Formats: sequence, C-alpha cells, structure tokens
Amino acid sequence: MCGAKAGGPDLAGVDVANETIIQGSVTRDGEPVNGYVRLLDEGGEFTAEVPTSATGQFRFFARPGKWTLRALVPGQTVDRQVVASQGTAVEVAIAV
Amino acid sequence: MSRSDVLVDADWVQARLDDPKVVIVEVDEDTSAYDKNHIRNAVRIDWKQDLQDPVRRDFIDQAGFEALLSAKGIANDDTVVLYGGNNNWFASYAYWYFKLYGHGDVRLLDGGRKKWELDSRDLVAEVPARPATEYKAQAADSSIRAFRDDVIAAIGNLNLVDVRSPDEFSGKLLAPAHLPQEQSQRPGHVPSARNIPWAKNANDDGTFKSDDELKALYEAEGIDLAKDTIAYCRIGERSALTWFVLHELLGQQNVKNYDGSWTEYGSLVGVPIELGSN
Repeated sequence: MCGAKAGGPDLAGVDVANETIIQGSVTRDGEPVNGYVRLLDEGGEFTAEVPTSATGQFRFFARPGKWTLRALVPGQTVDRQVVASQGTAVEVAIAV
Repeated sequence: MSRSDVLVDADWVQARLDDPKVVIVEVDEDTSAYDKNHIRNAVRIDWKQDLQDPVRRDFIDQAGFEALLSAKGIANDDTVVLYGGNNNWFASYAYWYFKLYGHGDVRLLDGGRKKWELDSRDLVAEVPARPATEYKAQAADSSIRAFRDDVIAAIGNLNLVDVRSPDEFSGKLLAPAHLPQEQSQRPGHVPSARNIPWAKNANDDGTFKSDDELKALYEAEGIDLAKDTIAYCRIGERSALTWFVLHELLGQQNVKNYDGSWTEYGSLVGVPIELGSN
C-alpha cells in the first residue's frame, strides 16, 4: 500500500450542491489505517458507521449541523467534532 | 434458550474454523467485502442476489432457500454461524431467514466482522470448497414476519419499535447517513411507534449489550414487554437485529420483523404518518 491520499474520497459524480457531506481519512504516521468511523449526532447518538477504505478514507451523507466523528481502530478510539453544511464537503483528517 | 445457543464470541469461532459441521457464513451490506477477505473457511451469502426474489419485491421462497443452502454446502444438521459488517445488520437479516425457514442451529458471531478486525484476527482471501448438500427447509414461519396490514392494525395497540436513526424517525432523513438520500417516499414514522435505534443494542465494537442492559433499555423507552411487538426500519435489516435482541436474546414471544419497513409503509397511499421525535 502506498501512502494515504490527502482528504476524503474523490467527489466526482457526487451531487455536492444538494448533499451535506462529511468525509476524510484516518491515518497513522501518514499511512492509511483500516478501521471504522462512526457518526454521532449533537446528542451523542449513533447515526451511521462506515469502514475506512483501503486508502483510509470515509464519507457520510448527513444534514447540516454539529456532529462527532469517532474513529475505531485496533486498540484505539479517537473523536473529532465537526460542523457540516449543505453544498460544501467537510474534510476531516484523523491521525491516530 | 440461553444466550450461547444463539450468540457466540470470536474465540468460540476461532476454535472451530476447521470443524466441518460448523459453517461460517459472511453476509455483508457491502457484498464485495468477502472478495477482499473473510474469516478462514467462511462461505458467502449475498443478501441482494441470494436472498431476494429477482423479480417481485419479496424474499426467496422455501424452494429457493433449499437450493441456496444446498449450493453453499450447508446441511440441515450443521451449526451455522453468521457474521457480517455494519454491526451484523445483514447477518441478523440472514439469521431471521434461517429461523423463518426452520434451520435448527444458527448463531451470530458477536460483534461480527468489525470486532474480528478490531481484534486484529486473521482474514484470508481463499474461498473454501464445500460439497453440495440436499438441504430441506421448513415452510416459512409467518409468526416472525409482519406485513403492512399487521403494522396498521398495531397502531396504538401493540409495541411498534422503529429502529432507524433519530433523524430518519423524525423525518429529517430518508436513509442512513452513509447512503445517498435518493428515496422519494414520504419521511416520518408509523404513529405510536417508539424510536429505539438499533445501535442502542450494541457497544461501539459491535457486540451486543448484556441481557440486563437490553431489558432496561426497552423498559426505559416505554416498551411493555408483555405485549406483542413489531420492529421495522427502512428495508428490514436493522430491524432484524432488534428482532434478534427481543426474540432470541431476551426470549420475548410474538416479536415480528416488518421487512417491508419504511420503504413500503412510507409509500402507501392514505396510511397515517407522524413527523417529529419521540
């Protein structure tokens, strides 16, 4: 595996204007990490979860508002707070 | 029935990877995940291609289930252990099929693929060869399946558990947040349903909470466990997980999964719909 790509997955073909997108990557020392990312709402309730891709990337289609991203990798859990809005993909780089 | 009759942990599976009478079956939402790697000696069931009728909106019939399990090399007296990604959503859905068609010994791997990966346990790409069997299924057990008229009749009478995320329940979203929001039917929920998202049944690593925690969860949410219950979600897979919790782990009688779920109910003409939170 070569190094992680910067940012989340390619947005080609995604209707960015009409979606509220939170995406990014999970890395350790610059290398992609296989794990899971959970999306929690403002009240801390679970909303969705995706596995990271081979390049460590993830993407959610959410709604505007405050969210918590929780990365789960072997032996470790890391949280990040994000604010999402429609029309602009939020990019989140999570180093573990 | 005890918890270990329906749910096994990763160590239990690890110790039986080479047991020919234990068939490990991966069922994933992402049906290509198996191609990348899987638990050694696991076979795949594809929930889209293998479990659904190719034309009508319905699942495979008794003969179809027999043909599927025969081709997968699963015998009537095998112990089947199901696991998958996404906290066992689709493995639970497949579990419900196995029960619907009367398989004797079927269990879930607690935590599914996620727990296995977070434990850094081995996954392989090699596909096992299992000789075909002549599997005989029982007639579909309709006592664990709800249809739309059952749901309408349950409004205000039985427990209706909507297991989708709070935003889907309230009508803000039409699908889980990791999927594009492309559906066209009306948002909302069935009147009198309680929103108890499936995720409340599970820990972060995908394992189920303890029986005591689960019982306390449903009671705190106002579910009268003495009453019959119908669980639903968007297409019936997440609610199969809640069905597993209520019927298999907590041993509640008369729990049905409504597999038509919101993609059917939210498209029906004239039925009552509520918006907003619990």
